[in-house]
Amino acid sequence: MKQFLTFVRKEFAHVLRDQKTLLILFGMPIVQILIFGFALTNEVKNSKMLIVDNAHDRASQQLIAKVEASRYFEIEQSVMSPLQMEAAFREGKIKVALVIPDNFNGDLLHLNEANVQIIADASDPNTATSLINYATSIVQDYQTGLNRNLTVPFRIIPETRMIYNPQLKGVYNYVPGVMALVLMLVCVMMTAVSIVREKETGTMEILLVSPFKPIFVILAKAVPYLILSLINVVTILLLSVYVLDLPVAGSLLLLFAESTLFIITSLALGIFISIKTSSQQVAMLISLMGMLLPTMLFSGFMFPIENMPLPLQMISNIVPAKWYYIIVKAVMIKGLGFNAIWKETLILAGMTAVLFIVSLRTFKIRLA
Amino acid sequence: MATPVIQTDKLTKRFGDFVATNEITFDVQPGEIFGFLGANGAGKTTAMRMLCGLSIPSAGQARVAGFDVYKQTEQIKRNIGYMSQKFSLYEDLTVLENINFFGGIYGLSNADIKTKSEALIGRLGLQGEAKKLVGSLPLGWKQKLSFSVGILHQPKIVFLDEPTGGVDPVTRRQFWNLIYEAAHEGITIFVTTHYMDEAEYCNRISIMVDGKIQALDTPQALKQKFNAASMDDVFYQLARGAKRSE
Repeated sequence: MKQFLTFVRKEFAHVLRDQKTLLILFGMPIVQILIFGFALTNEVKNSKMLIVDNAHDRASQQLIAKVEASRYFEIEQSVMSPLQMEAAFREGKIKVALVIPDNFNGDLLHLNEANVQIIADASDPNTATSLINYATSIVQDYQTGLNRNLTVPFRIIPETRMIYNPQLKGVYNYVPGVMALVLMLVCVMMTAVSIVREKETGTMEILLVSPFKPIFVILAKAVPYLILSLINVVTILLLSVYVLDLPVAGSLLLLFAESTLFIITSLALGIFISIKTSSQQVAMLISLMGMLLPTMLFSGFMFPIENMPLPLQMISNIVPAKWYYIIVKAVMIKGLGFNAIWKETLILAGMTAVLFIVSLRTFKIRLA
Repeated sequence: MATPVIQTDKLTKRFGDFVATNEITFDVQPGEIFGFLGANGAGKTTAMRMLCGLSIPSAGQARVAGFDVYKQTEQIKRNIGYMSQKFSLYEDLTVLENINFFGGIYGLSNADIKTKSEALIGRLGLQGEAKKLVGSLPLGWKQKLSFSVGILHQPKIVFLDEPTGGVDPVTRRQFWNLIYEAAHEGITIFVTTHYMDEAEYCNRISIMVDGKIQALDTPQALKQKFNAASMDDVFYQLARGAKRSE
């Protein structure tokens, strides 16, 4: 045990001495969270809104005044045919359109019910959802105002349409994605490189000749990165709660337990890569191309997996980050408990076990 | 005569059809400086790896420090030191940290490591450099340090795989002084080298050609036997017939 601690201390010395790497390790999650947080923000202030007022009556004027009063929209009024409107959307001149039909006031008065249409450019699904929500709430606000002194209430029914991406697939929260990405990067790449470095410099041979057991060499290498990664998880969660106002809905303990599991999976992957390769460059390249890219593509973080062709969907199943992403979303955003994610947990645990077994076997073969 | 610290009997290692080490048989006595010579690809490293417990032999027997190379690799590892041709300390750790680490993984007590590291630093004259990163030291010092760290746990045998590659003649001389000191303390030295002047420093040498030991004797006796003026000649006469080369 003392030997093991000596080894872990040495690993920490390596990590802490390499300040550039350290800066990247701790800086990366912060930068990523902030970039994703503020670049992908759902900021909808002053979005260009087109109002097509086909009614030109008292009620429509009141509604338009209400919309104008809100700070969300920059309004442009004109009468456009559906075709012209489509062109305006396509050119990106407008983000959302409010169409008030003929006889709006009349419908309200006589039928007690009228429709308005709200159309949003959903190629950016987050923004579109927000715009629709804001516009709908203004319409409802107006309706509540009208109904104040009436016995038979008016109803204005907003018909909403998301164009270009009607199902709004890909409405995600990037925090789970960044967590998966950062952990994958730190654990896989750092572990792989640090083990391969020992092979390259020849120190691995010295270690293998010593009575220190090879399996402990590998475990001792993993310990510092496990701890660093947990610190990264804490950083990301703190940022997401206090800077991005995205609270952890579910159990924090569960989230940490699952994160630890994913970290171990990634470490196992890093160890596996390091055993299969013999130069730091190759290890780095494999970690980056072989791990980072699939993590981005197949975790569901950037691109919805459901939209992919079947073969790609199948490939996504072997990407550990996909399962972790599902777990984090479930726990952190939906606030679900363990019974909702036991399957994903089991898959991750299985992957880890397989990776460890294969790694240890290959490692032994190399020794013989 | 004392029991040999290394005994091999027809030790063989095959990789597929390729016989890297072919039935080598030799003994090494305690406290001896044993030179293990051979051209590149002759099978020296493979033989050495088997003796260090890094590689399981395909056939034959061998005992190192009294332990069997098949079953008792753990005990062997406890009783040997090793230094490879690649410099093998951690460049991003200080001299002291390296000593503490290697002492630590061999299970030495903290007090033991402390006295030993002080003695080691004193012997090498590294007092001013103890807290410097190893990477900043000149190669000659690194090699000497590497050797000293390799015998920190007082092994019975130390294996040196081309320890003086790329080192200037003066430093090589100093390095050999360290080797003599260690041998004097009773540590058996098993060394491979390509420098024939170094071969002359050894008590006995073996020369491997194509996986087999072709000659084994004192440098003096070998020169007489091959009617050669220097070890260079002896080596050339033997290695000329080699079919394998890199």
